[in-house]
Amino acid sequence: MSPLLRVKGISKRYGEHIGCADVSFELHAGEVLAVVGESGSGKSTLLQLLSTRIASDTGSIEYQVTGRGLVDLAHLSEAEQRWLLRTDWGYVEQNPRDGLRMNVSAGANVGERLMAVGARHYGEIRNTATDWLQRVELDAARIDELPTGFSGGMQQRLQIARNLVTRPRLVFMDEPTAGLDVSVQARLLDLLRELVTDLGLAAVIVTHDLAVARLLAHRLLVMRQGRVVETGLTDQVLDDPQHPYTQLLVASVLQV
Amino acid sequence: MSSQRTQTGYNFAYLDEQTKRMIRRALLKAVAIPGYQVPFGSREMPLPYGWGTGGIQVTASILGRDDVLKVIDQGSDDTTNAVNIRRFFERTAGVATTERTEDATIIQTRHRIPEKPLSEDQIMVYQVPLPEPMGRLEPQEVVTRKLHALADYGLMHVKLYEDIARYGHIASTYDYPVLVNGRYLMAPSPIPKFDNPKLHMSPALQLFGAGREKRVYAIPPYTRVESLDFEDHPFSVQRWDDPCALCGATDSFLDEVVLDDAGGRMFVCSDSDYCKTRQAAGHTGSQSPVPATQEEAA
Amino acid sequence: METLIDVRGLTKAFVLHNRNEARIPVLDDVNLSVAAGECVALAGPSGAGKSTLLRCLYGNYLASAGAVCIRHEGAWVDLARAAPREILAVRLRSLGYVSQFLRVIPRVSTLDVVAEPLRELGIEAAAARTRAANLLARLHLPEYLWHLPPATFSGGEQQRVNIARGLIAKKPVLLLDEPTASLDVANAGRVADLIDEARRNGTAIVGIFHDTVIRDRLATRLHAVSTQPQEIPA
Repeated sequence: MSPLLRVKGISKRYGEHIGCADVSFELHAGEVLAVVGESGSGKSTLLQLLSTRIASDTGSIEYQVTGRGLVDLAHLSEAEQRWLLRTDWGYVEQNPRDGLRMNVSAGANVGERLMAVGARHYGEIRNTATDWLQRVELDAARIDELPTGFSGGMQQRLQIARNLVTRPRLVFMDEPTAGLDVSVQARLLDLLRELVTDLGLAAVIVTHDLAVARLLAHRLLVMRQGRVVETGLTDQVLDDPQHPYTQLLVASVLQV
Repeated sequence: MSSQRTQTGYNFAYLDEQTKRMIRRALLKAVAIPGYQVPFGSREMPLPYGWGTGGIQVTASILGRDDVLKVIDQGSDDTTNAVNIRRFFERTAGVATTERTEDATIIQTRHRIPEKPLSEDQIMVYQVPLPEPMGRLEPQEVVTRKLHALADYGLMHVKLYEDIARYGHIASTYDYPVLVNGRYLMAPSPIPKFDNPKLHMSPALQLFGAGREKRVYAIPPYTRVESLDFEDHPFSVQRWDDPCALCGATDSFLDEVVLDDAGGRMFVCSDSDYCKTRQAAGHTGSQSPVPATQEEAA
Repeated sequence: METLIDVRGLTKAFVLHNRNEARIPVLDDVNLSVAAGECVALAGPSGAGKSTLLRCLYGNYLASAGAVCIRHEGAWVDLARAAPREILAVRLRSLGYVSQFLRVIPRVSTLDVVAEPLRELGIEAAAARTRAANLLARLHLPEYLWHLPPATFSGGEQQRVNIARGLIAKKPVLLLDEPTASLDVANAGRVADLIDEARRNGTAIVGIFHDTVIRDRLATRLHAVSTQPQEIPA
């Protein structure tokens, strides 16, 4: 079985500074990969490279495009890349304000991707939006409200609904729970876990929170100074870390 | 008549020939890519932005000595803006002007398309305040240009969705977005959506000029122009319960005219030439002027 | 009976890079085969490496050397070398593990915690919950707890939830880490019944049983795990 995503030796330099160096991995359908590391470890740069927001200096990123097999993303036109980004992929921003349109209603936020791919029946778009609001545990009665009136946790759930409405196969998430209160985090994590399992999503989740990684991810990629220092099964890397840096990272987590 | 009032000291139609050439090149490109916004070097004009500086520059660039110019504002030939612009070209170009739609070769307009059908030897020039249809939703031009390049117009439907969610129907009644030739999303300028069907397959060339925003765009003759909508909320135009109070027309765009302080009102054709032509042909409405009475004479 | 676990030359040492590269050897050249229907109790004093061995068998600890082979869908998978995806596939269908402590998932009800291994196998939610309810009933977990998340349960209640979760999918290989440690005699007996039933139905079991009564009742043989001398650099 060939992977959904195949990354070979990608790097990004900013002058002398290394954003991300020689990263390779494969991701299969339904697999959740967490990229962990501290600030400046290159994990966010990696996410931007994977999602074609920035171009890699070296290497290749191949994706299993429906009906075409593994395709080097650099060989796709900008229009094809955008099509992927709004149909087959999702991107959940750390700050929901960056991922939502704050000046249109919750329903329009969820419906936008549908309209972007050609949905032209108002009633059907609205029904789908209602359904997704419920799936992310938002009150469907608030469909016509602006997200500005929603709490941070609600905004984040709305952003998730907005991304999942086209049933993507791959979702990128940048610290999806970082900006939220702890009590809200737990609810969101649980929801994400359910959705990822139910929909069979593949996901790349950037997080500095090892507990988030343990709960959501099948596999880990530990990054430091732009390089991958360790990779493996989530519980194995966290319970039996091999690399000095991973050992330090795991040992630094406060136990409760 | 007008040639007597022509001012000396200005180039024909005010603009210098280099500027006209630059604008014509932009217009040729606009015609070649229907609905696409072409940047041009908009000049300072002797009237403020928002009063039709884009339309004037387009008209000045295409005007010839044999042209007959009609200028309308909200459908009327005798409102301030229309009178000023007409006088401007009378003085700087000495061209003939008219109020009769069928006699004009160039019609510069703000906010209306004439009711009388246009012909192949006519050019419409629209004054455009905001050329970017997605501008209110996406303020960054670098983004809207990319959306146009990729024909990525879901955002415009988001706006229409919001209208229906909020008002139960698509509330935009003017500057209603259209798709030109199946490719470019275009703002038709603040014409009422009543006029949108007239854009479609029009025999006349239609040019749009936005002076402050420095953009021109065009719809060549016989081009498909579709108004955006939803399958279950199809595009429709305004309808009035009553015919025009002066000429009895049932097929024209009507303006509300307040008659007194007691709530008296009537609805009349916004296109003054159309209304006059019909009245001259003997059509009447409920408020048609009756022969002068003694009271009025007194 | 068919061999389901085959460990050859398993060696495990922990290297503490941030403690002057201290090397703590725990397992040295362990060999162990377990067949279907067997229950092997790991024996040895505290700190001998029983839990480490169990975790290596689950792929939770990475073997330093040797092979940890588990029978999976008619073939051997060496967990010491397999890709994470393969290890997860083995765990999904062939390899169960009951840890000492339940790792609680926020907000998920006890019934769903127990039903989850079945859901992961694609069994429909209602059917999975029914089987979970039956199992919890056999373990005498009070019914009013079923719809609550187990986070606030007592140690004994959590342990029974954990056992139910480990046994429900009837995986052919089962690893048990002190499954009755927090239970009273009656509940320990019920758990032991379930484990023994699984073994008789052909499950290969490796367990650590602190309680010698339970151990003697369940184990078909003992496997001694011996302490390694520690080499700590000066």
